[in-house]
Amino acid sequence: MLLAKADVQKVARLARLAMNETEIESARSQLSGIFDLIAEMQAVDTQGIVPMSHAQDVSQRLREDVVTETNQRELFQSIAPQVESGLYLVPQVIE
Amino acid sequence: MQWETVIGLEVHTQLSTNTKIFSGASTTYGAEPNTQADAVSIALPGVLPVLNKGAVERAIKFGLAVGAHIAPRSVFARKNYFYPDLPKGYQISQFDLPVVGKGALTIQVEPLSGNAKSYEKVVRITRAHLEEDAGKSVHGESQGVTGVDLNRAGTPLLEIVSEPDMSSAAEAVAYAKALHSLVRWIGICDGNMQEGSFRCDVNVSVRRPGEPLGTRREIKNLNSFKFMQQAIDYEVQWQIDTIENGGKIHQATILFDADKGTTHAMRNKEEAHDYRYFPDPDLLPLDITPAMLEQVRDTLPELPQAKQSRYVNDLGLSAYDASILTASREMANFFETVLAAVPNDAKMCANWLIGEVSAQLNRNGLDITQCQITPQQLGDMLKRIADGTLSNSGAKEVFRTLWTSLEAHATASSSATADLSVDAIIEAKGLKQVSDSGAIEKIVDEIISANPAQVAEYRSGKEKVFGFFVGLAMKASKGKANPAQLNEVLKKKLAG
Repeated sequence: MLLAKADVQKVARLARLAMNETEIESARSQLSGIFDLIAEMQAVDTQGIVPMSHAQDVSQRLREDVVTETNQRELFQSIAPQVESGLYLVPQVIE
Repeated sequence: MQWETVIGLEVHTQLSTNTKIFSGASTTYGAEPNTQADAVSIALPGVLPVLNKGAVERAIKFGLAVGAHIAPRSVFARKNYFYPDLPKGYQISQFDLPVVGKGALTIQVEPLSGNAKSYEKVVRITRAHLEEDAGKSVHGESQGVTGVDLNRAGTPLLEIVSEPDMSSAAEAVAYAKALHSLVRWIGICDGNMQEGSFRCDVNVSVRRPGEPLGTRREIKNLNSFKFMQQAIDYEVQWQIDTIENGGKIHQATILFDADKGTTHAMRNKEEAHDYRYFPDPDLLPLDITPAMLEQVRDTLPELPQAKQSRYVNDLGLSAYDASILTASREMANFFETVLAAVPNDAKMCANWLIGEVSAQLNRNGLDITQCQITPQQLGDMLKRIADGTLSNSGAKEVFRTLWTSLEAHATASSSATADLSVDAIIEAKGLKQVSDSGAIEKIVDEIISANPAQVAEYRSGKEKVFGFFVGLAMKASKGKANPAQLNEVLKKKLAG
């Protein structure tokens, strides 16, 4: 199955990736290959098999509801490009 | 032309845990920006989420309270979108395998129009799932930039989704209120709407009776019941007008402008609904064992509905009284503590709580948790009414005295404690009723012999004079005669 160029551009936009024409073509053939693989898997008869929710057959460990973290704002914000009054600053987002 | 309104709700309840859903950072409200944003909250590369047991327990508790199926195995998924207050680029949520499945909530609907009767309705709950909250964006502080506070990022939420079972603003509000009361009752959410602990998204559509569902528009982030009602009423009318004028409804996310009382569409975020959910590889499936389920079930208090029917069936209260007394768990606890003092006088307890106590609380702008008088003190006082020591008006005076002295005591800097026992007040104020029949008879005899003319009038059929005698007797007893007893003695003696 060959993906349309528009599909690739949409996925790239959703992932906020800038791609030039060459990259789009290359991604298009790679993604198409993945879709072929999916098509192959979907052809397998899975009747009566419970869908697997994780590759490992183990379950989530739970953490007690106790505060363990301390305030490390100074440390974290020392690598931030721009901060002001404790806030991380980013280019304006218009609601 | 007939129209039907169809409404479904999605409610985000902030769970009352100490820490975030995937890290040990505090969730205390109102902290300085980013002081509770740890490495997981700000999504530093390489960090891993570890699920909070307290959040899972609260989700289970809710599921049990609405009779829902609790998934023995549920899965966390990534919901992908870009926004600065979501530093990972995805929100961890649940998608096709949520922790809480189908349940139901019975609601009492108070119609908004005139004399329509209130009625009961069952609203089906589709699902409830665990997810993390995003941070907060602060706009307009400085030119050209947006500030981001990630303290709220990672706060545990339980999103409760209903079926589109409501058909009016009144029903939607009744459901939201019932849900609000329930989550506080079972102690999973503080319900503080100003602080955003309970936020409602309302899906509204209209259709002709019998036709398939119309296109819905979603009113986002309503944080007051009043706004919810106004927003729905406005939106329903807008949709009807639009269709009747030949227009079409387009699916949209809309906001309610409380100042103008209108709704308007949010700027259409490009590809806003393409979230590309997929299972989060950082989190293993959540297994809920029968043992854990039972452990949580043991912590579940008697639910408001069960309490209500017990009050009606076992205590003989009216449905109205029962619903007021179960409006909050604190109110019900208060009532039950008072009742313990006078177990056979449930109606009297209800009357005092709904009457005198509520009125006093309203006057002072307090709620039942801030009541000056303890339920034990009120119980002591009602005991004195039940055993005939206090008249109703005497009790009201005891109540007022108790309230004002407790209030004065609470504000006084001195630690000198006045004797605030009910019996001490009755003694000090001389409020003890005269129930001694000998004493009452003596008073009545004196009055009868001193007023022969009025006695003759009464005996000739002018029953109105009776009040005259009651007045005199009360005066003679300095208001302390037990009124029921006095009436009885007077009637007997006047009959001659």
